[in-house]
Amino acid sequence: MPDTPMIAIDRVSKFYGIYNALSDVSLNIGAGEFFALLGPSGCGKTTLLRSIAGFDNPSSGDIRIDGHSAIGVPPNLRPTNMVFQSYAIFPHLNVEENVAYGLKRLKLGADEERRRVGAALEQVRLGHLGKRRGHELSGGQRQRVALARALVLRPKVLLLDEPLSALDKKLREEMQVELRSLQRAVGITFVLVTHDQYEALALSDRIAVMFGGRIAQVATPKEIYQHPRTKSVADFLGGMNFLSGRTLGQTASGLTVETEKFGTLTLSLPEERIEVGARATVGIRPERLRLLWDDARAPHELTGKVVNRAYFGETTHLLVGVEGLEKPLSMIETNTHGADDLPIGADIRLAYDPEAFVLLADDPPVERLN
Amino acid sequence: MNTGAPEKSRLLPAYVAFYFLFLYLPILLLPVFSFNNAAATTFPLAGFTTKWYVSLWGNGEMLTAAVNSLIVGVCVSVLSTLLGICAARAITRYRFRGRRAANGLIMAPLFLPEIIVAVSLLMVVLAAGMELSLATIILGQTVFCLPYCMSVLTAGFEGFDRSLEEASLDLGETAFGTFRRVTLPVVAPAILSSLLVSFTISLDEFILAFFLSGTEPTLPVYIWGQLRFAAKLPSVLALGTIMLLISILLLTIAEVVRRRAERRYATGGYAHA
Amino acid sequence: MAITASHASAELAPPEPPRPRWSASEEASGLALISPTLLYAVSLLALPILIVFAYSFWSQDYLAIDRALTLENYRTALFEPMYQDLLGRSLVISLVVSLVTVAISYPIAWFISFHGGRHKNLWLFLITVPCWTSYLLRVMSWKVILGYQGVLNTGLMSAGITDQPIASLLYNSNAVVITLVHSWAAFAILPIFVSLEKIDRSLIEAARDLGDTRLMSFVRVVLPLSLPGIISALLIVMIPTVGDYVTPKLVGGKDGVMIATAIQAQFGKGANWPLGAALSVTTMIVVSAMAGLTVLALKLVVRKIR
Repeated sequence: MPDTPMIAIDRVSKFYGIYNALSDVSLNIGAGEFFALLGPSGCGKTTLLRSIAGFDNPSSGDIRIDGHSAIGVPPNLRPTNMVFQSYAIFPHLNVEENVAYGLKRLKLGADEERRRVGAALEQVRLGHLGKRRGHELSGGQRQRVALARALVLRPKVLLLDEPLSALDKKLREEMQVELRSLQRAVGITFVLVTHDQYEALALSDRIAVMFGGRIAQVATPKEIYQHPRTKSVADFLGGMNFLSGRTLGQTASGLTVETEKFGTLTLSLPEERIEVGARATVGIRPERLRLLWDDARAPHELTGKVVNRAYFGETTHLLVGVEGLEKPLSMIETNTHGADDLPIGADIRLAYDPEAFVLLADDPPVERLN
Repeated sequence: MNTGAPEKSRLLPAYVAFYFLFLYLPILLLPVFSFNNAAATTFPLAGFTTKWYVSLWGNGEMLTAAVNSLIVGVCVSVLSTLLGICAARAITRYRFRGRRAANGLIMAPLFLPEIIVAVSLLMVVLAAGMELSLATIILGQTVFCLPYCMSVLTAGFEGFDRSLEEASLDLGETAFGTFRRVTLPVVAPAILSSLLVSFTISLDEFILAFFLSGTEPTLPVYIWGQLRFAAKLPSVLALGTIMLLISILLLTIAEVVRRRAERRYATGGYAHA
Repeated sequence: MAITASHASAELAPPEPPRPRWSASEEASGLALISPTLLYAVSLLALPILIVFAYSFWSQDYLAIDRALTLENYRTALFEPMYQDLLGRSLVISLVVSLVTVAISYPIAWFISFHGGRHKNLWLFLITVPCWTSYLLRVMSWKVILGYQGVLNTGLMSAGITDQPIASLLYNSNAVVITLVHSWAAFAILPIFVSLEKIDRSLIEAARDLGDTRLMSFVRVVLPLSLPGIISALLIVMIPTVGDYVTPKLVGGKDGVMIATAIQAQFGKGANWPLGAALSVTTMIVVSAMAGLTVLALKLVVRKIR
């Protein structure tokens, strides 16, 4: 990470009357990063994005863009540009005029302006639709116009507010690939707001997961998925089996936790101090539990009964009841061995890897009202 | 879509047709008798003539009243549209205390008997020592036209995506520049509609003009004065027919403008496949 | 690696109290923007009405206004038989007109909303065009139609349907009611239409699915849900009608005189502003009460529909 982050958010809070939209949020985003703000609706991610853009002003805290404080700077003077959720294509202008909108003030001259608009439209592959108007374009095309319009101004940061949520699944997946290659080609910082975990995982270099106006965890997609810090983060991205355990102690290699059925596990040390004997929550992803077929054996095994089964084409999701565990375990198996044929009530054996467990902290209490 | 009330399959369209007849017949009678070659409005008709229209041309009193109506109409439409723009934008874009009360106050004339509005204005105007004149008519009719302008304008302001203005700001434009380049063009049809509607209302408005005019009558006040003379009825009908045509023409233009804008602008932002 | 992690927070400076940031307050901008219009409405609508209210408690001595507070005007307005009669008739006419207008307009609004298809706006436009034309002209044409020698009579006679002109069509309250219903008919359609448009069509489908006939689904689902529109229409017609001036004057004759004539007289030759004011205030209060009761009655009836 370079020394000066492109965007530095320092202890930003935003109140609407007694309602806390953002509480003490701090974050650094580096130049050239594809950064995602991920969370459920109401978590404050859009408020944070709009604060960076300049449409919402923080009640307290600082936002620095490329080293300069942006507090009090109106949106038209910031080196950021935004792609709005509704795309906000000006209906009274055609595509070319839309893209040229921000260039008009720069007074570049007709030729230069035309050149830049043409280049921007080529970049998003809309060169042939220059004379069309908003209501004559499809959703995906409109989104690309919004992108071209923002990028033609060569901002330092591009902000995207749930740009793909209005598109259907197939189109969304295509646009995700396009967005990623676009960002690589242009090389600037992208900040994306989304509630779609897969989108965040697939596109970004780093993700900030937000709940209740606070940041729960900031890390690379892999890190967030494999080592979620809290229960909410773990549950929001993918499925998770939660198990309760008891802390036995700390050693040089990590924290020892005793669990029911899964034995004593060694987990990496958390940031906070944990008391010996305290309750701990431990998690393991459904795909890390493996069905053992026929006579296969594994160093760590458990027996259980199939409680429920759901077929998903490539995979089957199984709910397996294990004696002594309060809740059934969730498992995901590919259907190559016949997981989709397992009858309800069948006895099965599953294998687990003790290294695959993560320690999950409790979620901090969420206070939305002052 | 055929869900709803009982299948009045032939009854309902017949009723609708009858209703239309009921609505339009009285209005259609005006032109009919204005071309009728008789002073009395009875059947059977007595032959076609345009003499009543011709007589209007030389009628100085009527022409003065027409000019007055024009002046008043233009002033009222401009004034009420301007005031309506401020209020409509404030109500649709900002949240502030008393928003609903303010809206209620402005829309109140729709729910009040016109005579009470006229009487109260008369009292205020005279108590303030003002003389009754075209200016007082303009002031009064603006109060009355405001609710109509407001509904057209609020529909216009609400119908467009707020992020259009934010996008303009984001792309580097100032607040005033945004208003000029984005807001105004998109709301222009509603503004035009408001101007046309309020002009038409002012043109046709009688009670406020009756109470608040001094020595300079508007057309409806002039017509009222002429109603005492039975012989003048056909020429009054001729005048009425002309006014009718103008009103309908202006309203049709307003509607066409509104529809064209709705088609282009209502689908401003959101994706449909 | 330290066994006991020290609390990182101890090393940071104590947190600053949140500083409320002043930025162009949304409220201030909103109020500033609406102020010219509001000022106008207050000075030319609210204020005059307050002045009317004040005048109703004063008395007029030829040209001088005596500002001693008195209830004499209200006594006259409420208890003088002539005014009672006028007010009573005006109330009855406005009640009848509003109920009839809403009743005959509802089916049209329903037709446009449910069967209008793609041309709903066109239908609405065609329906409302007549009412945007001069009210005065429309009343005039009714006078022409309903008169003794008028269109209806001479038309019926020349067609051979009647051989005597029907005298009771003009210059009475019937004429007033017919003319007013015609004036308001199209206006009443609009709020009912808006209300009907808002009804989620799948509610009706659900009612059919649960066993209702078309008629039942209308009575049990559409009617109650369109109540706000009906109430709006009633109010839009009832209250302005009570103070109508032109219609009773032109087609009401002696039998169809309404309170507006009396009010106008106080500001013309009669020159008794305080009485005029008292009559106005009384009319407003009474008609609002009647409107309120009508709406209440309507709501009670509709609530009974289950």
